[in-house]
Amino acid sequence: MNAPFTASCAPIAHERGQREVFCGLTSIVWLHRKIRDAFFLVVGSRTCAHLIQSAAGVMIFAEPRFATAILEERDLAGIADMDDELDRVVAQLLSRRPDIKMLFLVASCPSEVIKLDLKRAAQRQSRVHASRTRILSYTGSGVETTFTQGEDACLTALIEEAPAESNDARPHLVVVGALAEVVEDQFARLFQDMGVGLTRFLPMRNAAEIPPLGPQTLFLLAQPFLGDASRALQSRGARRIPAPFPLGEEGTTAWLRAAADAFGVPASRFEQVVAPGRARARAALGRQRKRLEDKSIFFFPDSQLEVPLARFLAREMGMKLTEVGSPYLHRELLAEELAMLPAGVRLVEGQDVDAQLDRCRAEQPDLTVCGLGLANPLEAEKLATKWSIELLFSPIQGYEQAGDLAELFARPLERRARLEVACN
Amino acid sequence: MQLTLWTYEGPPHVGAIRVATAMHGLHYVLHAPQGDTYADLLFTMIERRNARPPVTYTTFQAQDLGSDTAELFKDAARGAYERFKPQAMIVGASCTAELLQDDPGGLAKTLGLPIPVVALDLPAYQKKENFGAAETFYQLVRAFAGPRRARNEAPLGEKGQKPRCNLLGATALGFRHRDDVAEISALLEKMGVEIVVSAPLGATPMDFQRLGEADFNVVLYPETALPAAQWLQKHRGQPFTKTVPIGVGATRDFIREVAALAGVDATLADQESRASWWSSSVDSTYLTAKRVFIFGDATHALAAARIAKQELGFDVVGLGTYSREFAREVRSAAEALGIEALITDDYLEVERAISESHADLVLGTQMERHIAKRLGLPCAVISAPVHVQDFPARYSPQMGFEGACVIFDTWVHPLMMGLEEHLLGMFREDPEFHGAAAPSHLGAQAPIAAPAPETNGSGDIVWNAEAEKELKKIPFFVRGKARGNTEKYAREQGVGVITVGTLYDAKAHFGR
Repeated sequence: MNAPFTASCAPIAHERGQREVFCGLTSIVWLHRKIRDAFFLVVGSRTCAHLIQSAAGVMIFAEPRFATAILEERDLAGIADMDDELDRVVAQLLSRRPDIKMLFLVASCPSEVIKLDLKRAAQRQSRVHASRTRILSYTGSGVETTFTQGEDACLTALIEEAPAESNDARPHLVVVGALAEVVEDQFARLFQDMGVGLTRFLPMRNAAEIPPLGPQTLFLLAQPFLGDASRALQSRGARRIPAPFPLGEEGTTAWLRAAADAFGVPASRFEQVVAPGRARARAALGRQRKRLEDKSIFFFPDSQLEVPLARFLAREMGMKLTEVGSPYLHRELLAEELAMLPAGVRLVEGQDVDAQLDRCRAEQPDLTVCGLGLANPLEAEKLATKWSIELLFSPIQGYEQAGDLAELFARPLERRARLEVACN
Repeated sequence: MQLTLWTYEGPPHVGAIRVATAMHGLHYVLHAPQGDTYADLLFTMIERRNARPPVTYTTFQAQDLGSDTAELFKDAARGAYERFKPQAMIVGASCTAELLQDDPGGLAKTLGLPIPVVALDLPAYQKKENFGAAETFYQLVRAFAGPRRARNEAPLGEKGQKPRCNLLGATALGFRHRDDVAEISALLEKMGVEIVVSAPLGATPMDFQRLGEADFNVVLYPETALPAAQWLQKHRGQPFTKTVPIGVGATRDFIREVAALAGVDATLADQESRASWWSSSVDSTYLTAKRVFIFGDATHALAAARIAKQELGFDVVGLGTYSREFAREVRSAAEALGIEALITDDYLEVERAISESHADLVLGTQMERHIAKRLGLPCAVISAPVHVQDFPARYSPQMGFEGACVIFDTWVHPLMMGLEEHLLGMFREDPEFHGAAAPSHLGAQAPIAAPAPETNGSGDIVWNAEAEKELKKIPFFVRGKARGNTEKYAREQGVGVITVGTLYDAKAHFGR
């Protein structure tokens, strides 16, 4: 079904200017639901608190497992000792939430600029609360991280904290990158059926379940934005299984196959295990392809998922790529993906939002993938949009979700087709 | 350092963005790190604005901190001028940029832009969103307000002397500001008062030059307009209105206040209000003495307290605000109601107060809506912080006579209807129609009471099984109060075990 593509090593343009992206703190929105007994304490300003509460309308959650220790004038003026203040806030928090087993102190732009050492603070407090709560730190600041890189930084902290493999450990698989639980369970079943053995996931669902790491660890990235986590895993002796990402039928098969090959799964066994999922994914994608084929798409930089998504939409859905923007492109982690992109696609790393909006308007794509700040203004200019944040909040990986992933892109087009009374 | 789960107000630069976004021809260049652009979505998503806020963010990153963030700011300001060609510019820093001390005002001056540039100093570690909006508006008024236009000798309201006012305070992302402006503009027009400038919402910096042409100012939202109005009073000799026209009584007072300032007649104040009739009609009898807890910004909380008491016959059992700037006014209103005001921006404290108040209805912000949902209490939203639901497509002001009708409907909707409440009282054990059931007109969407932890008495007092069972027949929204009163009564009477008899003795004792 796929048109033949020539492997591309398209030149990547770099752009600097105003960036219209979230900072890494935003990833707390999904991470705090993922690790069920973890709490995220941002050490920052009122802006940080306002961002997290606004970013995804997360106030739906009854009792959030995140909060902000807001820096005040007296902290900055040195009237209050910042270490004492932080210790007090952590103690206050842990007495309120005795169920918390893991606490992340999350650095922000202001805490970075004033060089508040949260790593040291985490170590100090770990000693105080050792019997009950593990205390880690990482940065989600906008000066250091873009949106999904917050997860990268968080996982890096977890990897440093992971126990070592036992001496008699045998090769084992760790899937790295937050996935919906339903997706994790599907992958775990597939790997089990192939005979890969127990699959562990990072981030894990509970604080006590950090997978042991060492030279017998083979890891497979489920998300493309995990450059630092990948390096941290390698420094623990773990080996990366290079693969494209599990988006769409093709991506999922290649991703699963990379792991199967690494664990010596016989080809026949592999084909047998994946056949039903592949067939269901193909059927589901066939229905969506009719709605997406030959439509043009433009990506604003956002989650770093842009390249794998573009690959999926171009190769499996027959969409035409105009510009694919990404805040960062990890050449190494994306090598397989970049090779699969059609020739002639415009890859842009970084952002200058006004210039990019000009290009988007000139291009008049059928669909534009962008953040929440740009979506309605572009819709008002008659450009159909897909909010990129939904791609992180929805289960989209794997065979059973391939159709849902395509449908996310088809829905804005379908909606336009249905509305007979549209605005002027 | 302050532990914060949810925040009622954003940082002060968000207040400045609310002013800039409300206006046309003004551009805000904000020195801020990558990520602070999240503020755009407040306007494009929550308020469904069809254009990006007129803000250019420098979005510096770690690599820039090592080099020259000041140069980055200058490039951004220059670029924003060239691209957007605004009439005027405001410049400032967000919390992180404040620490860099790059001085956006000074830097902008060195650019020699051919437009006026107003530097904003919004201390991010001391102040909050409403301060930011008020300060920005005040600085713009100071910078751009033209001179007072002289009038001839004839008194206002007479031939050739049509009284004129400005309408101050409405911003982007305000709670129903769009519709309040329309409602009050129409009211003023009906009174024969001409509006010179309505600002910030809908105004340009050039329009501000006409501010001096007005005879007086109408302050819609003191949170955002008071400093500007005070400055105009002092420097342009314009008095301003003190009554915020939310509710029938306040609207009538407002009309009289405007009539006195404008020299026009106040007969509109005698207009019949549909809201008043709805409240007087027999079906509304069931609203009598409903216990209501009120929390919001000071303007809306104060107005709600007045309406609740005077226009709906509720009992105000709680009144509070997160607007510390107006703590004094809220305290004295609470005192007049015989209660103690809650002045806090700690949402946990508000939650505690609501749960202890045994309220029948919560009037609050989106935060209180969540608290009420958790506690299984009916709730109506009366104030910012806002959510996408607070920007309805339909016309729904809070101010003026129409606003009073909107408020009547909004507050009464979450409650049990009159006869329904009676039937509930009579047939408490009906399997489909019991105390824990939601109001029927709200269907499955209504808040269902979370099963309250049924302790067997507190401390020294014990309930016997029969009394405990009887207590459960009382509708959930008054059960907590009944339990508390009975235990209090038992303690006073030295009764150790509460029986059905004690329950009814207590009811008789505390009965109103």
